[in-house]
Amino acid sequence: MLQQLVTAGLTIVVGIAAAFGYFYGSNWLLDILFPAGAAGDRATRNIRRAAAIRPWLFLGPALLALALYLVYPVAESIWLSFHGPAGRQFVGLKNYIWFIGDANIHSALINNFLWLLVVPAASTFLGLVTAALTDRIGWGNIAKSLIFMPMAISFVGATVIWKFVYDYRAANQDQIGLLNALVTWLGGPPEAWITLPFWNNFFLMVILVWIQTGFAMVILSAALRGIPEETIEAAVLDGANGLQIFFKIMVPQIWGTIAVVWTTITITVLKVFDIVYAMTNGQWDTDVLANQMYTWMFEGGGDFGRGATIALVIMILVIPIMIWNIRNAKAEMEGR
Amino acid sequence: MADLILKDVAKAYGDVKVLSNIDLDIKQGELIVFVGPSGCGKSTLLRMIAGLESITAGTLSIDGRVMNEVPAAQRGIAMVFQSYALYPHMTVRDNMAFALKIAKKSKAEIAAAVEKAARVLQLTPYLDRLPKALSGGQRQRVAIGRAIVRDPKVYLFDEPLSNLDAALRVATRLEIAQLKEQMPDSTMVYVTHDQVEAMTLASRIVVLAGGGISQVGTPLELYEKPENEFVAQFIGSPAMNLLPGEIVATGAETVVKLAGGSQVRAAIPTREADMGRAVKLGVRPEDLQPTEAADHIFEGRVEIVEALGEVTLLYFERQGEAAPMIAKLPGIHADLRRRQVRLAADPKKVHLFANGRSLLYR
Ligand SMILES: Nc1ncnc2c1ncn2[C@@H]1O[C@H](COP(=O)(O)OP(=O)(O)OP(=O)(O)O)[C@@H](O)[C@H]1O
Ligand SMILES: [Mg+2]
Repeated sequence: MLQQLVTAGLTIVVGIAAAFGYFYGSNWLLDILFPAGAAGDRATRNIRRAAAIRPWLFLGPALLALALYLVYPVAESIWLSFHGPAGRQFVGLKNYIWFIGDANIHSALINNFLWLLVVPAASTFLGLVTAALTDRIGWGNIAKSLIFMPMAISFVGATVIWKFVYDYRAANQDQIGLLNALVTWLGGPPEAWITLPFWNNFFLMVILVWIQTGFAMVILSAALRGIPEETIEAAVLDGANGLQIFFKIMVPQIWGTIAVVWTTITITVLKVFDIVYAMTNGQWDTDVLANQMYTWMFEGGGDFGRGATIALVIMILVIPIMIWNIRNAKAEMEGR
Repeated sequence: MADLILKDVAKAYGDVKVLSNIDLDIKQGELIVFVGPSGCGKSTLLRMIAGLESITAGTLSIDGRVMNEVPAAQRGIAMVFQSYALYPHMTVRDNMAFALKIAKKSKAEIAAAVEKAARVLQLTPYLDRLPKALSGGQRQRVAIGRAIVRDPKVYLFDEPLSNLDAALRVATRLEIAQLKEQMPDSTMVYVTHDQVEAMTLASRIVVLAGGGISQVGTPLELYEKPENEFVAQFIGSPAMNLLPGEIVATGAETVVKLAGGSQVRAAIPTREADMGRAVKLGVRPEDLQPTEAADHIFEGRVEIVEALGEVTLLYFERQGEAAPMIAKLPGIHADLRRRQVRLAADPKKVHLFANGRSLLYR
């Protein structure tokens, strides 16, 4: 344990030193190669050249890392998706044909669609409501910290917590699950919640909503505070009541931010894997694409071709949302 | 269309007293202007009338009805903000229609009201634009339009022109004056920093200072007969010159002996008891003329000349006073720099203050 800490500390120090060294050293080299102190015309030319090269030099490591960890995997995935389980034999469109026809994939797609429908909407809505409410009360900041807390928990950790909420014991035993404890206390029979077909999807979604509401709340609360106070006062004078002011004056003014929050959560949802993996591993019809990808890629010997195909489909689904998201975020920054 | 009466109104934020003893009787159809130094509570008073700020003490009534506890929307007032406060996501048309929609007026009624206001304010071509696609002046007109549409009893303006550039400010000021002419029955309260706005627009000006009302009167009353030194110096630009002196002759006319030694006649009656009283003699820069005669108010060397074309400002240094003596002469007098000049004024244009209060009022 101690050794690990030391190693981690050392890595940080060495890494930062190396980064420093790189930028300082490359700049120094540039100055030597193109001395600004050269005579007359040469000096200006040198300065111009150095200025043209410097950004590439400084961007270099980042570009390299991006290429290595982003571009290469994408290319490799595309390549793999046209090959067999072991990634050697070319199979053409076979993996894609399988994807279109497979019943498990269909069920995962439907579930994913449900997730997309429910989680971003619920998180954004709850985030907006909590942001608006906590902005008005004295202990709002405490409430905000509490609501934001789940953001700091990993998806797997959150799932473990919620496992205890949904936990099921036979009817004659003490219920340790919060939900069942409540239900039995109210006189109802205990349920194995996560096995209930169709509804179990929603029990899983609750976990992500629980996590993402904090994120939505923080961003939207900042946006709400940015609304000019006078527009609200003008609406008060115009006779609007609280709800009308909220929905007709405040919300429309932060539409851009709402869209960014919504799409950001949508992207998270498309990638969601840990929650399903840790809670049900796709059993009882709760599977989603990302979990299918993991299952095909790494379990039961692995089928790299199919795994890569699913990964690509997820990527293609994410791209348009991503573009829209970035556009919105940009527009937001430029002040609409 | 209403009378607006403030009775002993006060405002405090916790222990901080911002306003107190505000008594004001505003008649229907008046355009009242609040002026005063920054931070004196003009906006606060306006917002109290609007209902955006609670009234700590005293009563506010509109049309005889006490409004202290009446919600802002039901007071029959409309407010135009300095920052326009347009709803950025609504077109000009929707901005103006918002209040009527909230009030559940019929579509036809709303359309008619909006069209009419747009015509008055020359906004018809912009009705379908968003505020961000308008110039500052157009935005301000939309803000005014939003008020007009509601046909309120009282209009409140909080420095509506201060975000506009000088030329536009003059143009919009004239528009507001015309607007007021078209609506002779509506009551308006207008806050401004700008003296010219105050002097040209107001039926009466309220000078606020030190948490209370310093003087209320028509623009010319304030200019000609300021009640106290503060108003005397606040109204008019450059500010009135004040010179310390002592009363040496009383009666229908008063004679004051100034610290410099000269004796000045003032057309202000005083009593025998005032003999020997320490006073300040006030004279506006524009009331001073160069003179060769022995009777004069001030004599000194011109330190700075500001030639503005239509008038020339002369600055003189004064012994023992930080504020320079200023004279405003019509025409161009660029040649007076460093020259010795003697100044005199008509006794009718001279003011006298004792302990900060004018001797005209007592
Ligand atoms: N919430 C508040 N708490 C405490 N003091 C306040 C508060 N709001 C305003 N004040 C004080 O009230 C005083 C009057 O403010 P107000 O905005 O009415 O001034 P103003 O005359 O409109 O000034 P300006 O000409 O600069 O607009 C100021 O001294 C200000 O500091
Ligand atoms: Mg103000």
